[in-house]
Amino acid sequence: MSPLFRSRLLWVLIAAVVVIAAAPQLLPPYQVVVLNTVGIFALVTLGIVLLTGVGGMTSFGQAAFVGISAYATAYLATTAELPAALAWLGGNPWGGLLAGVVLTLIVATVLGGVTLKLSGHYLPLGTIAWGISLYYLFGTLDLLGGFTGITGIPPLHLFGIAFDSSPALFVLIWGIVLLGVVATLNLLDSRQGRAIRALNGGQLMAESMGVNTFRTKMVAFLVAATLAALAGWLYAYTQRFVAPTPFSLQAGIEYMFMALIGGASLVWGAIIGAGAVVYLKEALQDVLPHLLGKGGNYEAMVFGLLVIVLMQKMPLGIAGALARRVTALRPHRGAATTQIAQAAPLARRPAPAPAESILEARGVTRRFGGLVANHDLSFSVKAGEILAVIGPNGAGKSTLFNQLSCVDTPTSGEIFFRGHKINGRSARDMAGAGLARTFQHVKLLPTMSVLENVAIGAHLRGRKGVFSSILRLDRSEEAQLLKEAEQQLIRVGLGAHLNAEAGSLALGQQRILEIARALCADPCLLLLDEPAAGLRLKEKEGLSQLLSKLRGQGIAVVLVEHDMDFVMGLADRVMVMDFGEKIAEGLPDEVQANPVVLEAYLGGAE
Amino acid sequence: MNAQIALLLGQDGVINGAIYALLALSILLVFSVTRVLLIPLGEFVSFAALTMAAMQAGKPALLGFLLVALSLAGLVMDLIDATRGGARRLRIGMLAMPAYVGVVTALSLALPLKDLGMALQALMTIALVLPLGPLLYRVLFQPIAGASALVLLIVAIAAHVALVSVGLLIFGPEGARTEPFSDSVFMLGEAVIQSQTLWVIGLSLLLIVLLYLFFERNLYGKALRATAVDRLGAQLMGISPELAGKVSFGLAAFISGLSGVLIAPITTIYFDSGFVISLKGFVGAIIGGLASYPVAALGAVALGLVEAFSTFYASSYKEVIVFTLLLPVLLWRSLAQKGVEDEK
Amino acid sequence: MTTIASGAPLLQVDALNVAYGKIEAVTGVNLKVGEGQIVTVIGPNGAGKTTLLSAIMGLLPATGAIGFAGAALNGTPIKDRIGQGLALVPETRALFSSMSVENNLELGAFRFHHRPARERQATMAEMYTLFPRLKERRTQRASTLSGGERQMLALARALMGKPRLLMLDEPSLGLAPLIVREVFRIISALRDSGVSILLVEQNARAALKVADYAYVLELGRVAAEGPAAELATDPRVIAAYLGMNSKHQERLAQ
Repeated sequence: MSPLFRSRLLWVLIAAVVVIAAAPQLLPPYQVVVLNTVGIFALVTLGIVLLTGVGGMTSFGQAAFVGISAYATAYLATTAELPAALAWLGGNPWGGLLAGVVLTLIVATVLGGVTLKLSGHYLPLGTIAWGISLYYLFGTLDLLGGFTGITGIPPLHLFGIAFDSSPALFVLIWGIVLLGVVATLNLLDSRQGRAIRALNGGQLMAESMGVNTFRTKMVAFLVAATLAALAGWLYAYTQRFVAPTPFSLQAGIEYMFMALIGGASLVWGAIIGAGAVVYLKEALQDVLPHLLGKGGNYEAMVFGLLVIVLMQKMPLGIAGALARRVTALRPHRGAATTQIAQAAPLARRPAPAPAESILEARGVTRRFGGLVANHDLSFSVKAGEILAVIGPNGAGKSTLFNQLSCVDTPTSGEIFFRGHKINGRSARDMAGAGLARTFQHVKLLPTMSVLENVAIGAHLRGRKGVFSSILRLDRSEEAQLLKEAEQQLIRVGLGAHLNAEAGSLALGQQRILEIARALCADPCLLLLDEPAAGLRLKEKEGLSQLLSKLRGQGIAVVLVEHDMDFVMGLADRVMVMDFGEKIAEGLPDEVQANPVVLEAYLGGAE
Repeated sequence: MNAQIALLLGQDGVINGAIYALLALSILLVFSVTRVLLIPLGEFVSFAALTMAAMQAGKPALLGFLLVALSLAGLVMDLIDATRGGARRLRIGMLAMPAYVGVVTALSLALPLKDLGMALQALMTIALVLPLGPLLYRVLFQPIAGASALVLLIVAIAAHVALVSVGLLIFGPEGARTEPFSDSVFMLGEAVIQSQTLWVIGLSLLLIVLLYLFFERNLYGKALRATAVDRLGAQLMGISPELAGKVSFGLAAFISGLSGVLIAPITTIYFDSGFVISLKGFVGAIIGGLASYPVAALGAVALGLVEAFSTFYASSYKEVIVFTLLLPVLLWRSLAQKGVEDEK
Repeated sequence: MTTIASGAPLLQVDALNVAYGKIEAVTGVNLKVGEGQIVTVIGPNGAGKTTLLSAIMGLLPATGAIGFAGAALNGTPIKDRIGQGLALVPETRALFSSMSVENNLELGAFRFHHRPARERQATMAEMYTLFPRLKERRTQRASTLSGGERQMLALARALMGKPRLLMLDEPSLGLAPLIVREVFRIISALRDSGVSILLVEQNARAALKVADYAYVLELGRVAAEGPAAELATDPRVIAAYLGMNSKHQERLAQ
C-alpha cells in the first residue's frame, strides 16, 4: 500500500514538472500570460487555504501583503541612489526578495500579534481595515510613486538566466507554485500541521493537548504571509510595474473568493480557484457586453451573484464538491506504514511511584456571582487508583472538572498535582505535566483520520518545527508519533479503524478515541468527563476493562459520571456531590447504602 | 490652529461621527440578531444619497427597478419554499412586499419629485431604500441562516460587490451632492454654527431616542432583543428567525437611508462611496466590542472627530490614520481577553 | 382549532427517528399524550430524551409521523407549532437573561401579537397570582433570579402562550429539594387546569409519582412503558433508577 502511495506522489510530481516545462512551448502566447497571472494568484490563495480553509482564520488582507513585497522589490530594483542602510539590498533580485519577505513578516507579526488572540470576527474586520490602510499608504507615499506607482523594473535575472519573457516566467512561477504546494502538503502532514488543523476542532481541545494555539495560529499566518510575499516578488518582475490597485482591499476580497470557489479545505483548491476566477472574469468581460450592452460594470455584478449562489449551493467549493464524488481526490496523508513499524518508541516520563499522591484538592470553592457551584471540596487520588465523582445533574461536577483540568480557577482553595499547586496554571501547562483529559461532548476532527486525531495527543512528545516539516526532516519523529498513536489505538481496541474518518465512528467509539488521544500524552493522571454517556452495554463493559487495565499500569483516573451503575463495579473510591458539596465519600458499597446518597439521587418527591 | 478652525473641524467631526454612530448601531443590531456583518450597509447610504440627488436633478429615480427585481426573486423563493416538503401553504402575505415595491416604484417614477420639496423627496428616498433591507435578507441570507460565520461574511461581501456595480449602472460614475436642508447660520459668541450641523445632530438624537423606545416599549422591538439574547428562547416563543432577520435588516436600511439623506448635502457621494463610510461604522462597532451600543456610538463619534482633525493635519493620510487606529483598539481587546475562547 | 374525538391522543408520535449526521440519537420511538394527561419520559443521560422533545418541537429534523390535535406536524415550522398550542421549556430554560422578568413574560405571549395588549396583561396577572414571587421581581433582570425562580419564570413564560401541550425538559435540574417539590406541585396543578404535559426527567421517582403514564428511554429506544404507577413498582425500573443492580441494563435491553 505505502510504496504504491509513495510512487503515486512521485509520479504526480514528475508529471507536474514535465507539464510545467512543456506548457509554455505548446500553449498560445496569450494563454501563457494568463496562466502566469493564475500562478501568482494561486500562490496567494494557497496561503488562504492554509489560513482559512485549514486553520479557520479569515483574512482579507493577503493582497496588502503581496503589495508590501511587490513595492519593496520595485523600490530596491528601480531606485538609483538607495539610502546607505539599504544599499546592500539593491542591485540584484535576491535583495528584493529578502526585503519583501522580511518586511511582510514584520508587518504580519505585528498584525497577527494584535488580532490572532481575539476570537471570531475581529480578524476579518481587522484585515479589512489594514487592507484599506496599506492601500492608501501605497498611494500616498511619494517614495512609492503615489497612485501612478513605480515603473521601469528591470527584467529578472537569476543564476545568469534571464526571465524576461512570458514562457521563461511561466517556468519560474509554476515551479514556485509547485514548491509551495509541496511545502504546504508537507506542513499539513506533520506534527505542526496537525496542530493547525486542530484549531478547527476548538481551541480548548487543542490547548488541552498541549498545543499553543496562539503560536500555531501565528505560524499559519506567517506561512500564508510568506506565500503572499513570494507572489508579490514574482508580480513585480512579471508586470515590471507596480501601482496600488492590485493590492487594494478589493483584491484581498478576490483572493478570498478564489479560495472559496476553488475549495478552501483542499490544497489544490487554490489552483482551481485562481484559475476559475481568472478565466471566469475573462469570459464575463467577453460575453457580457454582447448580452447586456456596454457601459455598466456588469462583470462585478455577475461575479458577486455567482459567488452568492455558489456559497448557497456549494459551500465547499469546486474542489470540495469534486472530492465528495471522487474518493481519489481526497487528501491522502500519512507516513509510510513500514516506517511506522520500524520506528523506535517515544521516550516516556518516569512513572510515579506506586501510591504516590497524584491529585489533591483542599477546600476548593467556586462561586459564580452569588451562586456557589462548588463548596469546600477536599479529596485526593493516588497513582493506580480510580476515583469516581458522581452526583445528580446540576450538582457541580462539571464545574469541579473544569477546575481540575485547569480550564477554570477556584475562587478559593488549592489543587495540587504531584505535589505542585496548579491553581491558575493553563490547560496547556498541565498537558505537559502529565494530566490528560477527555471531553463530555466529544471534541475531535471529524474529517481527519482516527490515527491522526489520536496523534494530536502526542503533540508535546515531538519537537520538530515548521521548517523541518516543510523539508521533510521530521520523518523519523513523525513515524514515532504515529506509531505511538497506533499503539494507543490498539491498546483501547480501535486498532481496526486506524485510517477511518473519525466522524464515521459511532459515538461510543469516538469516546474511546478520546481516551486513546489522552493516553498518547503519556499521562500519569487521566480525567474523564462522563465517559460512559451514550455508550451501549458492551461498550461500557469494554471501557470498564480498559480503565481497570490502565489502573493496573499505575495511571491515576478521576472520572466524573452520572451513571452510578458503571461506577460501582469499577471505582476504588466514590465521592458523591449534591448542590456543590461533597455529601459522601467512600468505598462503592458504603456509598450505595448511604441514605443521604439515595435521597440525592431519587428523593425530593416525598 | 485657532479656536475657530477647531470649532469648524469639531462640527465636521461630530456630523460625520453622528452618522458613523447610526451605522454602528445598525451593524450591531443586525449582527446580534442574525450573525451577519452587514458590509453592504454602505450601499444603502450611497443609494439613498444618490437617489435624493437624482430627484433634485430631475432625473428618474431608478432604484425602484432593483427593488422590483429583488422582490420578484423573493416571491419566487417564497413560492418554492411553500410548495416544497410537507408544508404546502401559500399565503397572501407573500404578495405584500411585491405590492409595496410596485406602489413605491410607480410613485417614484410618476411623481414630479423635483418640485415636491425636500421633505417629500427625503420621504420618498427612504421609502425606496427601506425595502432593500428585508429583500436582501430574504434573497441572500434566509436560505443560509444556519451557515458558518465565514459563509455569511462572504455572502455579505459578495452582495456588496454586486450592489456597487448595480449602483454604477443606476447612478452612473458621476458624484452628486444634494442641496442643504437650510443655509442659515447661527453665531454662538464668536463661533459659527451651521444649521446643517444641528439638523444632523438633532435627527440622529431623535432616531436614537426612537430606537430606544422601540426596543424598550414595543413588543416587536423586544422580540428583536430577545432574538439577540437567546435565539432558542425566541424561537420557542414563536418569534421566527426569518421575521427577526427581515425586521433587523429593514431597520438597518431605514437608518442608513436616513444617514444617506443627512450626509448627501455635506459630502459628494459616488456610487462606490458607501463602503468606506460603512467601514467606519464597523470600526465604531468593533470599539464597542460588537456588543455594547453606547460604547459603539461614542467610539464612532470619536472616530469622526479624529478623522476631521487628521484631515487638517495630514489630509492625504486621513484614511490611513483612521483605519490604523483600529490596531490599538484591537490590541486593547486582545489584552483584555483571558485565556482561550471557543467560538460558538 | 379542530375538535378531536374524545379518547384520541393530543400528541401522537409514530416511528420517530432522529439522527445527528450518521449517529442515530432516537430510533423508532412511538409515544402518545392524551388530553389532560401528564406523560413522563425517564432515562439516563444521553438516552435521547432532549432530542425527542426537540424533534417534536421542530428544532431538529426527524423522520416518522408527529400528529398534534389531529393534524400532521411534519415539516411545520416551529412558529406554527407554537401557534397550534405546543410549548417547550428546554433544559437550559433559554430565558432572555438581560431582560426584565416582565419582558420575558410579555414575550411568552408573542404568538398573540396581533391581539390587543390588554389580553396579554390579563394573562400576566394570572401568572402573577400563580407565581407571586415573580410579581415581586418583575422589574429585575432574569439573570439575577435564583435557580428556582428561573424555573418558575420559564414555566410562566411558556404558560403565557396558553399551550395545549407543555413539554418540560428536566424541570427539577439543579434545584434544591424543597423547590423540586414546589415545581412538581405546580406541574400537577397545571394538569388539573387542563394543560397536557410531556415531562422529561432524571428524577424518576418524582416524575413517576406525578405522571399518569411513563416511557423509559434507553439508547434512543423505548425500553419500557406503562401506567406510571405500575412502572414505579416494576422491579426493572426500580433497579435501573435505584442503580443498585448492575444487571438491569441487560434485562432492559431484551
